[in-house]
Amino acid sequence: MIFVALLIAFPVGWTIYLSLTDASGSVRAPSDFIGLGNYAEVLTDTDRFWPAVGRTVFFTGGALFFEMTIGMCIALLLWRPFRGQKWVRVAILLPLVATPVAVGMMWRLILEPNIGFANQALAWVGIPAQPWLSGQATALPTLMFIDVWQWTPMVVLILLAGLSSLSDEPDEAARIDGANAWQRFWYVTFPLLMPVFITAILLRGIDALKTFDILYATKGKGGGSFNEAETLNIYAYGLAFDFNDYGMSSAVLILFFMMITGCIWLLTASKKRTNR
Amino acid sequence: MTATLTDQQTTAAPLTLAPAPRPRRKPRAYSVFRATMLVVVVLMFLAPLVWMFLASLKTTIDIYNPAAAFVFTPTLANYETVFGRANYLQYIFNSFWVGFASTGLSLILGIPAAYSMSRFVMRKSAALVLMARIIPGVSLLVPWYFIFANLRMVGGFEVLILSHMFVALPLIVFIMMSFFESLPLELEEQGQVDGLTPIGAFLRIALPLSVPGIATAGILSFIFSWNNFMFALVLSGSATKTLPVAIFDFVAYASIDWGGLMAAAVVITVPIMIIALFAQKYIVSGLTAGATKG
Repeated sequence: MIFVALLIAFPVGWTIYLSLTDASGSVRAPSDFIGLGNYAEVLTDTDRFWPAVGRTVFFTGGALFFEMTIGMCIALLLWRPFRGQKWVRVAILLPLVATPVAVGMMWRLILEPNIGFANQALAWVGIPAQPWLSGQATALPTLMFIDVWQWTPMVVLILLAGLSSLSDEPDEAARIDGANAWQRFWYVTFPLLMPVFITAILLRGIDALKTFDILYATKGKGGGSFNEAETLNIYAYGLAFDFNDYGMSSAVLILFFMMITGCIWLLTASKKRTNR
Repeated sequence: MTATLTDQQTTAAPLTLAPAPRPRRKPRAYSVFRATMLVVVVLMFLAPLVWMFLASLKTTIDIYNPAAAFVFTPTLANYETVFGRANYLQYIFNSFWVGFASTGLSLILGIPAAYSMSRFVMRKSAALVLMARIIPGVSLLVPWYFIFANLRMVGGFEVLILSHMFVALPLIVFIMMSFFESLPLELEEQGQVDGLTPIGAFLRIALPLSVPGIATAGILSFIFSWNNFMFALVLSGSATKTLPVAIFDFVAYASIDWGGLMAAAVVITVPIMIIALFAQKYIVSGLTAGATKG
């Protein structure tokens, strides 16, 4: 117990301390306490920091929206038992457990502008080739798509667990009252599912904010040559391990951490309201 | 009119266990629609993986040739590269070793911790475990890197295993807590009445009953360790590289050996997929643990 607490408290404490120093260069180099200097520098940095914040929010928001919508549809599709259900579940489990780095590499080939299958398929239906990951404007939406591909199954599984814990009676009652399928879903099932739905947003949102592997595997350091896919996590990583600027990196991380905690606080507050 | 409809509905209700869905109109059309959608969904999720596998069996020429998308002469040359020149046997061993060691040690530490948290009500501790999930990996990595670099331990297995434990431990505690809470307390109380100490009750009653929970936690923690990239990227040396880091050997600045890259990706994902096939139930219950309790 104390061990677990230490595991968490210690690195956080150390990060806070580092964020107040100018630690950089070698890890053995002496560092000075500079107060909130790093924070001032980070918060006024409109070149890298604020765009990274924007990209993080955009990426997470977009990915979450599609994952929750598609995930809800698939969960409803799988809800009632049918033959072959087990195999469909295995199929959607596979992307989820696949190593993110390998998934990134796989999509890199499929989305390769010249030899990738994606552009070939587009050519068959007469749509011009897209730059996908290599385009400055298309990189982030493409990465969002990869994230949706890999993590929608997670949402499906959570929502399915939620759906199967619901009792059939409210649904039956609405059916007898003459509600159609959409009404039954929107006014009966969905509100009942709301707590689970928010939990899914919470879990998925936390992980999406922290996405690192597929970004690094497809775009490399700094999110590509124009930093077009640089989120806060990638930025902080780059500061620490490419530029060895541990102080700055820690400041970014603390701000990032505060952002995540803020979002969670908002969500749990709204969850409490729906429970009431 | 409405009366007859309701009649039909009430008689149909007991049949809900039958595989066929039960909307009022056009049940046939609906099940066709549903089956089609299911096929589309499965294809969406599987097609990229199949493509990866096909590409791993192609020569570089075939990968560049759109006409050879599906019809080509398969070759194992890429796998020869992966296991021969790229020395993947070593990396596979590294990944397994780090995965087993971090999972095993975390189970030893995590199960008693989870048990005590669930039995001797410690509400705050559950929040702590959740915190561990929120903290971005990099912010754990920076302090550890500082410490281990100062101790000149970066590049050894110990550091790697330790860092993976930081991920595995909260996960295991979380899953086991929700599992222990679902076990009836009466059994252990009975055991204590019959003269077992609390620790004895844990070892002889709770532990054997929680084998499915332990399997869930262990399998998931192993998968997380296997897939972990960020920690290994910073903390592993050339001798202790795990698979996700090793795959970058195929991505050179000028050109990418696509066949080799895909073969490496297949080698990384196949063990995990085999585990997923056989342990589907455990993985699903682990991933959704605690989600429905709200």
